[in-house]
Amino acid sequence: MDEYRGVWVFIEQNDGKIEGVSLELLGAGRKLADKLDVPLSGVLLGYEIKSLCQEVIAYGADQVYVIDHEVMKDYRTESYMKAVINLAEKYKPEIFLYGATSNGKDLASAVATDLSTGLTADTTMLDVEVDKRLLEASRPAFGGNIMATILCKKHRPQMATVRPKVMKALEPDPDRQGEVIEEAITLSEDDMRTKVIKIVKDVTKKVNLADAHVVVAGGKGMGDLQNFQLIHDLADAIGATVGGTRDVVEAGWLPHEQQVGQTGETITPKVYFAIGISGAIQHVVGMKNSEFIIAINKDPDAPIFDVATYGIVGDALEIVPKLIKELKEARERGGEMSYV
Amino acid sequence: MHIVVCVKQVPDTKIIKINPKTNTLDRRSAPAILNPYDAHAVQEAVKITKTIGKGTISVLSMGPPQAVAVIKKSIEIGADRGFLISDRAFAGADTLATSYALSKALERISKDMPVDLIICGKHAIDGDTGQVGPGIARRLDIPPVTNVIEVSELNEGEKTILIKRKITNGYELIQAQVPCLLTVEKEINSIEYSPMPNMIKAARYEPVIWSVNDLEEVDRTQLGLKGSPTIVGKMFTPPKPEGGKRLEGNAEEQVKQLMELLNDKKELFVSR
Repeated sequence: MDEYRGVWVFIEQNDGKIEGVSLELLGAGRKLADKLDVPLSGVLLGYEIKSLCQEVIAYGADQVYVIDHEVMKDYRTESYMKAVINLAEKYKPEIFLYGATSNGKDLASAVATDLSTGLTADTTMLDVEVDKRLLEASRPAFGGNIMATILCKKHRPQMATVRPKVMKALEPDPDRQGEVIEEAITLSEDDMRTKVIKIVKDVTKKVNLADAHVVVAGGKGMGDLQNFQLIHDLADAIGATVGGTRDVVEAGWLPHEQQVGQTGETITPKVYFAIGISGAIQHVVGMKNSEFIIAINKDPDAPIFDVATYGIVGDALEIVPKLIKELKEARERGGEMSYV
Repeated sequence: MHIVVCVKQVPDTKIIKINPKTNTLDRRSAPAILNPYDAHAVQEAVKITKTIGKGTISVLSMGPPQAVAVIKKSIEIGADRGFLISDRAFAGADTLATSYALSKALERISKDMPVDLIICGKHAIDGDTGQVGPGIARRLDIPPVTNVIEVSELNEGEKTILIKRKITNGYELIQAQVPCLLTVEKEINSIEYSPMPNMIKAARYEPVIWSVNDLEEVDRTQLGLKGSPTIVGKMFTPPKPEGGKRLEGNAEEQVKQLMELLNDKKELFVSR
């Protein structure tokens, strides 16, 4: 087991663009690698993607293992798995992290089976016990009420998939130096038992909550659909995207794509307004990592105040219209607070 | 066409309670149900055999003897027969050991009737891992296709299947060789009401139950707790955040303070 050294991150790219979660994992992986005093490496697969290596290094990697091959153009379990297994058997990392995306989970599950090693799913906290070189991968169990720390003591690499938007990416350093290691693979299209016929992007999805910078979210505390309009009005006034709780979506006030929480989106905007939201754990897991959280609720004991940066105990129906008015006036006074 | 659907009995996590003193699950508080994603997997198998007009649907589960209930439930939905592997040797298995045990049972099933297609739910709601399906596919060396939202076409002559796989912001259309393994999303179908003959059949149905001795060429070191590389180190309640400041005063005063704060934090509103 001692021959296994180093922390690896699978770099997921689609159409030549690196997924956000992979950059977040480079940030998290950097900390683990520094604690263990080993290099951090990215594993980058695809076709005509070598230009992405510098980005992987800029976000914290010391090395990038890259396989650039036509057969790797689109993600497929068979081809990606073979490439990753070959690399892992050759270079023997001790820790190997993947984003908990559809492809990341699919790949990690297949790789773990062939390497006969442990894999922890949907991790939200990562740490390492340095003496034993043991990865401590923690994940919410049963709806997030308890956390369980999963260990893999006797097998290497120790693998985990990590949920998007919970780790923090480092500020990229374009001058950072690293090593690019190109690897070959002997695979041809004829070996493949699956073919990607086409990829269809859903362009009908209008609201992209996941990328929103500022989010105004409302809950059942708004009372009814008519009052919920205030959420939209505030969002307009401040240049934000609208979100809501599961209750609100189930009541039909918002479509499901705007639901924040366990069964909706997990988001980390810079600013999050939680209005008329009590703060059930299922909602909180989807927004608690937002940078600046403002909560408005009638109930002083509402759990949302536990995660809020600033809390206002009061009636949203009274406060929000005043806030909208102030924002509009501030803008008219000459753009000193133009947020959009 | 022989389809095997892998199913799991799970506690209904919507209802389950946590004992706040011990931080453990109060399993008695939740009824045991057929994992919802697996119900859709069985339903999809029914849909496929209906479309091509023939076929056998077998369901396979691993668990304690009472897991027979989820096999009966699958018969209600329309499966033809069921197998349960149940043995202390399987207990405490993580996803790696689970996929090993299930793949051994699948080898035994396919000896009598070759398997063309394996369908699993996307994940089980008690563990949420989604790792067992792809694991089984690897062990049987067949291609896995995860997150399936539609089985568009099954060509028995060519032995190919056309599948829609959900990806971020859309889907992929994939052609896979049969046999293969699919894991399905809930939106792939809606569960239909069970016809009366299925209900009657399910009530009387007794699945085949296998112990570890009924499976062939089993490496026992790969089973159960012993065969599981991962262990739960500790369980803990996430540290409760302290919460921030409260803005005091009447509504006007609160809004005034909030406006000042937003003004101070202007840089947060600038797009990344």
